[in-house]
Amino acid sequence: MSLKIKDLPIEDYWLSGNPSCPGCPASLGLRLLMKTLGPKTIVVIPACCSTIIQGAYPKTSANFPILNIAFAASAAAASGIVEALELKGRSNVNVVVWAGDGGTVDIGLQALSGAAERNENIVYVCYDNEAYMNTGIQRSGATPYGAWTTTTITGKKEHKKNLPLIMAAHGIPYVATASISYPIDFITKLKKASKIYGMKYIHLHSPCPTGWRFPSSKTIEIGRLAVLTGTWVLYEVENGIFKLNPPSNVLIDRNKRKPVRSYIKIQGRFSHLTEKNIDELQRYIDRQWETYLKLLSIGKIY
Amino acid sequence: MRVVLTGNHAAAYAALLSRVEVVAAYPITPQTQIVEKLAEFIEEGRLKAKYIRVESEHSAMAAIIGASAAGARTFTATASHGLIYMNEMVFWAGNARLPIVMAVVCRALAPPWNIWTEHTDILAQRDTGWIQFFCEDNQEVLDTIIQAFKVAEDDRVLLPVMVGLDAFILSHTATPINVPEQEDIDRFLPPRKPLPFILDVDNPLTHSNMTYPDQTMEFRYRLQKAMERAKRVIVEVDEEYGRLTGRRYSGLLDCYRCEDADLGVIVMGSSAGDAKEAIDKLRDEGYKPGVVRIRVFRPFPREELREICRGFKAIAIIDRDLSPGLGGILYTETLTSLYDLGSRPIVQNYIAGLGGRDISVSDFKLIVRELYRSIEEGVETIPIRWIGVEGVKL
Ligand SMILES: Cc1ncc(C[n+]2csc(CCOP(=O)(O)OP(=O)(O)O)c2C)c(N)n1
Ligand SMILES: [Mg+2]
Repeated sequence: MSLKIKDLPIEDYWLSGNPSCPGCPASLGLRLLMKTLGPKTIVVIPACCSTIIQGAYPKTSANFPILNIAFAASAAAASGIVEALELKGRSNVNVVVWAGDGGTVDIGLQALSGAAERNENIVYVCYDNEAYMNTGIQRSGATPYGAWTTTTITGKKEHKKNLPLIMAAHGIPYVATASISYPIDFITKLKKASKIYGMKYIHLHSPCPTGWRFPSSKTIEIGRLAVLTGTWVLYEVENGIFKLNPPSNVLIDRNKRKPVRSYIKIQGRFSHLTEKNIDELQRYIDRQWETYLKLLSIGKIY
Repeated sequence: MRVVLTGNHAAAYAALLSRVEVVAAYPITPQTQIVEKLAEFIEEGRLKAKYIRVESEHSAMAAIIGASAAGARTFTATASHGLIYMNEMVFWAGNARLPIVMAVVCRALAPPWNIWTEHTDILAQRDTGWIQFFCEDNQEVLDTIIQAFKVAEDDRVLLPVMVGLDAFILSHTATPINVPEQEDIDRFLPPRKPLPFILDVDNPLTHSNMTYPDQTMEFRYRLQKAMERAKRVIVEVDEEYGRLTGRRYSGLLDCYRCEDADLGVIVMGSSAGDAKEAIDKLRDEGYKPGVVRIRVFRPFPREELREICRGFKAIAIIDRDLSPGLGGILYTETLTSLYDLGSRPIVQNYIAGLGGRDISVSDFKLIVRELYRSIEEGVETIPIRWIGVEGVKL
């Protein structure tokens, strides 16, 4: 009984004509988010590109309530909303955090970890464009090894922080990865998350044409390549049970995965990589897969 | 009901009587008993509220902002490092005009580590858009927190309020105080009105999205106007509370024996009690000093202070705080208010009691006598004098 795009309502709550860049994955993600969850949703947004793409006061691109909040504060602010609504008996409302990778894996991690440990009834979506884009493409903890940013002009020396697994280590009821290029998978996970009580964490891979240096028509293609090369792995951890989702579940065999080269060669941010750098990236991806395969063999990881 | 309570427990009882709905807090000495007591009230079912046990003060204020934006009556408490750590969110609450109430147990900042009282922490928040009260005793802590909700939620105001109480001298000292009846407070402080701009899925609004320079100043102008209106509301609320309980605090300024005074001692917080005692003794010696206790630091009672100071030949301003490189913060603010008075009194700043050092009755006597001598002998005052610092003469 898998979902289809046509099952989604025609109505849009995230409005068109907003000031996002062409090919922006955040705008697309917000549109899918709101189509899936519907108008009984309050969204908390910390400082990030999604602050900007709402448009400026007194106008807004959102036909749903948004609480904009400071960079590090979204999970805590959402906790406050959840508790207030519960107290007032208005708990039939989704409280969602929509935050960038910087606001999640770096500055917002403490508040997120606290909210996860308290198991607050929040759907937390991190749209991961792998850098601080709002401030002009600086590296974040989610920027991959080798990537150029304005603060790593010879390429980042460290690998990407694996936040979904860190969230799983909190033992929360639901953790999932998703990709803007696999909308059915994303909306299915959102729907599932909205029906679970407690902290739900969805990490949405979101290729950014402006920051990654690729043509704005290629957002979806690049997101797909991230998954097909095994650089980004689609999985979910539901009540502790680890499961790979399509198409990642058929990429267990290393030979089925495209080489990472095919993903990075069409992105300007990787254009300076040497063969050695590319080998290092490939080794990292393979190591990550070993971890996922171990988790798969354990099955229930918490 | 008359009970013996510490300042911290008085604050917790005030939140209980105010029927707060969401509390989010993080422990720090000497505030801990406030949040422990509230957790107890909530777990025992005496207070129907949610308690969010956040992982930091930054998150405490963020959670309170979320809850307040969703329409709940909210309360938190902190001190010192906790207050400075939440600073970003303190500004957020002020600029968002959310009627949050926070107890601040005023404590020194490290290094060196020091848990005793000082006002530099709370005064560093003076530009955040919060109303700021300073209390003299535990009774005032309880009464002011209840009043604070009424002021904060008033349509003419809609601003968050901090209520300052001095570390240990108030927070941990138990004194008998009157706890009002719940029915009386329920009449005084009805449930928070749902305002048209709370977070509501049936009335979708975007809170605090980006605003260009052509609009932002309008928000600040309105905030300033709300602060100005708050002065009147604070006095009205204090009067109404006085009719209900028999206790009122003369609104913004508490003037003691000022009617015929020719010299004023300006103080904030708990040391006002010692200042008053010193003044009584000096009056017996034939001097005519008075005490002006600033109860509300924001909005600053400029006009009220000018009115009082007009009659003084000299003023001693006691700062339990320091803006290094300038001097006392209360001093600077008072001077600013008095600048264009026709004939200005002599003004002398005293830095005293930092890091919890005692400011004794005899310190006040010394200060006042010295200032009288300066008037008589026509000596130039020097900008700052330090009280009780080793090797530094008064
Ligand atoms: C405390 C604080 N530090 C820094 C900033 C500046 N800042 C605003 S958005 C941003 C980066 C956001 O990055 P991310 O969360 O990845 O979202 P993106 O812009 O990429 O969508 C930064 C550094 C801020 N607003 N607040
Ligand atoms: Mg980013």
